[in-house]
Amino acid sequence: MLDFDYERPGSLDAAVVLLAEHNGSARPLAGGTDLIDHIRNERLTPDVVIDIKRIPELNVLECTNDGLRLGAAVPCSRICADDNIRSRYAALADSCSIIGGIQIQNRASVGGNLCNAGPAADSIPALIALEATCLITGPDGSREVPVESFCVSKGETVLQRGELLVELRFGPRPPHSGSHYRRFIPRNEMDIAVVGVGASVTLDEAGEAITDARVALGAVAITPFLAREVNDALIGKPATDQTYAAAGEVARGIISPITDMRGTREFRLHLTGVLVERVVREAVHRAVN
Amino acid sequence: MSKQRVVTCSINGHEESFLCRPRQTLLEVLRDVLDLTGTKEGCSNGNCGACTILLDGRPVDSCLVLAVECEGAEIETIEGVAAHGQLAPVQQAFLEGAALQCGICTPGFIMSTKALLRENPHPSEEQIRFYLAGNLCRCTGYDKIVRAVQATAEQAAAEN
Ligand SMILES: Cc1cc2nc3c(=O)[nH]c(=O)nc-3n(C[C@@H](O)[C@@H](O)[C@H](O)COP(=O)(O)OP(=O)(O)OC[C@H]3O[C@@H](n4cnc5c(N)ncnc54)[C@H](O)[C@@H]3O)c2cc1C
Ligand code: FES
Ligand code: FES
Repeated sequence: MLDFDYERPGSLDAAVVLLAEHNGSARPLAGGTDLIDHIRNERLTPDVVIDIKRIPELNVLECTNDGLRLGAAVPCSRICADDNIRSRYAALADSCSIIGGIQIQNRASVGGNLCNAGPAADSIPALIALEATCLITGPDGSREVPVESFCVSKGETVLQRGELLVELRFGPRPPHSGSHYRRFIPRNEMDIAVVGVGASVTLDEAGEAITDARVALGAVAITPFLAREVNDALIGKPATDQTYAAAGEVARGIISPITDMRGTREFRLHLTGVLVERVVREAVHRAVN
Repeated sequence: MSKQRVVTCSINGHEESFLCRPRQTLLEVLRDVLDLTGTKEGCSNGNCGACTILLDGRPVDSCLVLAVECEGAEIETIEGVAAHGQLAPVQQAFLEGAALQCGICTPGFIMSTKALLRENPHPSEEQIRFYLAGNLCRCTGYDKIVRAVQATAEQAAAEN
């Protein structure tokens, strides 16, 4: 591997100062499951790697009635082990339980998954469905960005030079709500999504009609995105198979996926419809139970 | 050239200090600096699990960990599995069940199995297969490996 230096700041302030000092030649290191491979392949050539795992703000994990605070460096395995997250923010736990195998989940963070900005990154559709907000800190102070605006292109985010993603913040879950993330891969585990779908739905008190919905699609565009037309096809509709099928049809109509080694355009179109239908059905099922 | 760093951590229960450069992975340091060559290198990109070790009790791919990150950590490798010159039950089960051929994947499978059985002493076959999905074997096939894990769990249950 190319040579680089290593710093391990113990505070957020120290990390921001270090990033500023190195003026673009430093790279944050969370779990390293993307970064170390990128450095090995010389796709990235930082002079300094800044280990952010010992910064307290990036290790926060608090799931209460007021919402969820998820530090950017918390590894997937800690998220999957949290019963409150599994019941209230199920789509997030679903995605973290399928990112790589156990070895990867013990290191990989959701912050790193998001900052790496892969089109097929599994956590991003779940974060969008659950309406997460990104807390960012940099040399000019802090700002907040809705997660659906965070990735601007493949591998590119809104982060400016010297900025760190600190935390993902989620509001409290409304009563009668449920969420789910699922992807299609040709194996049972350890593969990259051909299509991934995250959904969150809220039902009326009777559990019969959908009062709110957020559906996000992954691996069918340059970044995962909020499928507003699909939300509109669900909101105000009865929670029935017919509604889910119609939403799947709408999803097919708004994407123009590419053909690559993982699947053809036609296959992705078909899968997107099927997955939207199934993921929304499961989210409704969880909202009822 | 970056400076060499001194890292102090526990390896198989013994405190060790070693010198490394930031770009050296834990896998490289274990094998090339500490002469602990039981941990194997397969892909060097996190896909095969041959380099699996336990870091603070949890399985990780040592090819995706920088050695400098390990200051103060507790590391367990395959060399620490057999106690007093006796194969551990999990190693005995792999041997008796012919759950290895070339053996390159075996240290990784054994470390993952140790962590699995600590977390969940009575895993179902599906749980075993899911937990071991990050360990690949090119020769034995997974059925014998899964059976060796089941045999280890059954033996531990019988002894309790
Ligand atoms: C074998 C294997 C299987 C995988 N399987 C999957 C899978 O099934 N699904 C999936 O989605 N992904 C998968 N991945 C990729 C996944 O591990 C990563 O995307 C992971 O989530 C990244 O997190 P990390 O903590 O390891 O990030 P790192 O590698 O530490 O960082 C990733 C990038 O983000 C930057 N960064 C990290 N944190 C911050 C921050 N707080 N602020 C600013 N920048 C930051 C880094 O500089 C780097 O460029 C797999 C990887 C491997 C090696
Ligand atoms: S050598 Fe580390 S996972 Fe293959
Ligand atoms: S025994 Fe050869 S790779 Fe598993």
